[in-house]
Amino acid sequence: MHSSAKKNLPEDICIVLGGAAGQGIQSIETGLTRLLKQSGYHVFASKEYMSRIRGGSNSTQIRVSSGPVAAPLERIDLFIPLDGAALTHLCPRLQAASLVLGDRANLPAYPGLIDMPLTTIAQQAGDHRYASSVTIGAVVGLLGICLELLDAYLQQRFSDNPSTIIAGNRVAAAAGYQYGQKLAKTGTMQFELKALASVTGDLLLSGNEAIGLGALAGGCNFISSYPMSPGTGVLTFLAEQADEFGLVVDQAEDEIAAINMALGAWYAGARALVSTSGGGFALMSEGLSLAGMIESPLVVHLAQRPGPATGLPTHTEQGDLQLALHAGHGEFPRLVLAPGSLQEAFSLTRRAFDLADKYQLPVIILTDQFLLDSLTNIPALDLHNLQPHHQFVETDTDYARYRLTASGLSPRGLPGHGAGLVCVDSDEHDETGHISEDLALRTAMTDKRLGKQSELLQDAIAPQLLGNDDFHTLVVCWGSTYHVLREALGALKGLPVAGLHFSQLYPLPPQATAWLRQARQLLVVEGNATGQFASLLEQAYDCTVEHRILKYNGLPFTVEELKQRLQSLLDAPD
Amino acid sequence: MKAQDYDRPNIDIAWCPGCGNFAILKILKQALAELAISPQNLVIASGIGQAAKTPHYLQTHIFNGLHGRALPAATAIKAANPQLTVIAEGGDGDMYGEGGNHFMHTIRRNPDLTHLVHNNMVYGLTKGQASPTSQRGFVTPLQIDGVCQEPFNPLSVAIALNASFVARVFVGAFEQGVAVFKAAIQHHGYALVDILQPCVTFNKLNTYAWFEEHTYPLENSHDPGSREQAFARACEMERLPLGIFYRSQDRKVFEKQLSAYKEDQRPLYQRPLESTKLQNLLNAKRSL
Ligand SMILES: Cc1ncc(C[n+]2csc(CCOP(=O)(O)OP(=O)(O)O)c2C)c(N)n1
Ligand code: SF4
Ligand SMILES: [Mg+2]
Repeated sequence: MHSSAKKNLPEDICIVLGGAAGQGIQSIETGLTRLLKQSGYHVFASKEYMSRIRGGSNSTQIRVSSGPVAAPLERIDLFIPLDGAALTHLCPRLQAASLVLGDRANLPAYPGLIDMPLTTIAQQAGDHRYASSVTIGAVVGLLGICLELLDAYLQQRFSDNPSTIIAGNRVAAAAGYQYGQKLAKTGTMQFELKALASVTGDLLLSGNEAIGLGALAGGCNFISSYPMSPGTGVLTFLAEQADEFGLVVDQAEDEIAAINMALGAWYAGARALVSTSGGGFALMSEGLSLAGMIESPLVVHLAQRPGPATGLPTHTEQGDLQLALHAGHGEFPRLVLAPGSLQEAFSLTRRAFDLADKYQLPVIILTDQFLLDSLTNIPALDLHNLQPHHQFVETDTDYARYRLTASGLSPRGLPGHGAGLVCVDSDEHDETGHISEDLALRTAMTDKRLGKQSELLQDAIAPQLLGNDDFHTLVVCWGSTYHVLREALGALKGLPVAGLHFSQLYPLPPQATAWLRQARQLLVVEGNATGQFASLLEQAYDCTVEHRILKYNGLPFTVEELKQRLQSLLDAPD
Repeated sequence: MKAQDYDRPNIDIAWCPGCGNFAILKILKQALAELAISPQNLVIASGIGQAAKTPHYLQTHIFNGLHGRALPAATAIKAANPQLTVIAEGGDGDMYGEGGNHFMHTIRRNPDLTHLVHNNMVYGLTKGQASPTSQRGFVTPLQIDGVCQEPFNPLSVAIALNASFVARVFVGAFEQGVAVFKAAIQHHGYALVDILQPCVTFNKLNTYAWFEEHTYPLENSHDPGSREQAFARACEMERLPLGIFYRSQDRKVFEKQLSAYKEDQRPLYQRPLESTKLQNLLNAKRSL
């Protein structure tokens, strides 16, 4: 039995590190999350970066918890500013209970600041550049993680470096560790984190990695893209895997080339992906329309950031939903998916390749900077039945690419695979794929293409109910707001409110209808300024959204903020 | 094989009688026949325009994509299945205007494909506006005072970018056309053939007679191995030399350098999923 005092100790701490680009925030985040996870704690890390290579003010939030966590908090329990700008930037979020640790020598005066002489300790270990290792050591010491693990991590992390650098970092980290342990003894930070042996074997993944792994699991073997944050991470991940998996990776001259390459690749039998952000996707519109016309499978990863135009390149938003729904001239079917978790980022990307292939249409995976750059531990990814469901056929001499069939789906042949000829045409075409201006055929071909949209519903992904089904208020969300809504609702326990998370955005799943009918009060949470999904929902399900809970300052919702906004809107229970 | 083996029966050709495109189609079929490339092994990617309709008029696999975008599609088709013979075909507007960026960057990549550009110095399909290669002073319904820009010189640009094969032919010279098409298709790497083609309907300036008068074959003494010589000859604008300006085997072929083909020569569609490797990659994400 715990004493009552002990029971109240937090099992969830929120550590925030802030500093300029180039000050090592990323390597501290990598080190800490790995060490914490390997010690059996659940971790979640989320970044706020500025679009610059040096300077600016970047921060990372790392949650360490006894249970699974995957949403950002407002609260800061331990703050480590590496420069004055970070202190100024994050000061408004500090509370009386927040512990602020920093190198007094590099920071402006701040009441309550506990001096952590990073530079001095690093220099004593041989080089001021060992400061990141000191910081990692200090946090690990403070949290009582074993020194051997830290040591093993550093040896591995610096294994490509000369032995003096490895040794220097180990000495620096050990000194930081001592500092952290000493601080822990003073009792300034009280917590009771529980380590779980099962967590040590968890996967530690970012959203970028989950999408990339999902692509590989979906049989992706071709990626052509033009760099644009936050879509670049997936491109980089796949480029790193190119040798091992035999992938074709091409940095195209522009997004127009990228998407046209992807279509050429699918035509010749590859499974191709393009990864981009709003601006690049806008340039791909004509290619998307071509996919619709030639009935080519295509997978597009659209990583959202705030727009319009260049917007805020390194921040987050869910502002491109309407773009994804409407991009491309003319009328053609498409599928739009928006993962809410790492598991979904993986499984939906994997599935996107099979569905694109099955229905011969473009599939758009809609993510955002927050989801992609966040890092969490998860037990496993669903790897069952790991074989891509290829749909192409071997052709014979009377093969016709656009044979009119009842389902609208014509067997897809590949050039060089069989005796037939595979002809695809961006002009309106006849069954053989040759240009045609026969207007009766035009109607038949349009019906054929659009017919696939309703076929698609057979595979529609039902939305997920968060909470109990005896709700009065239903809070709808989509994509990356899944975890934050889940946690905020958890904090509203006892109230007749539930959440409904959509990961298929178009065509909308019919399975949602009953939930939406049941709601006496319907709220929608989304990270944009106009409530794009709320409008779509009202139109598609003939329902009325009472309130749109929106955020569009470039940052993701935090748990506390969402909880508070929900609380203020909830109908009083009868 | 015979040129007739590529005929498509009962087709309704959308070209004007007397158009230079007919001669290009004939040259192409002859070259393919002499090289014995089977229609099952040939893909022609094209864009939009009168020229870009060519693949519809012969037996072959076709990727008739967007205006200006044949080259990226063709590059990817070759990269996904290097066993195919790939040709990208279209007009001067298609390839040098709308697709100009791809023209430059395809040369940089150097995929093993043949780039056939029907250069009639006009936009045919859209009824007679100027193209990037239109001559100064060329009057059109849009350029009512005549074109005032410098004509685009595709050959000099290609040679400047170190394209590995650069040639020009005129539709009036059938034999040379067949020989150059064959050499281009057989060349390992990117091969540009700029094809001077009269548009009898919308270009009354650059007629058959004009081309006869303003072209001449490169002498036998021309050394296609010399980039300097090739560049100098490509810059001649008064009378346009015909033939193979430049040819080099020094450049590496794009798809041969891809990781995908380092150990495995099979087209991508024939490969199984690397599930063990995926498992291993995932397991690595479990450790420190
Ligand atoms: C994106 C786009 N812009 C414009 C057009 C209209 N268009 C079609 S072909 C063409 C130009 C054709 O000229 P060229 O490529 O020289 O071919 P030609 O007809 O002369 O053989 C234009 C402007 C189009 N189809 N798509
Ligand atoms: S418009 Fe010109 S290029 Fe087009 S078919 Fe007629 S003559 Fe040929
Ligand atoms: Mg033209």
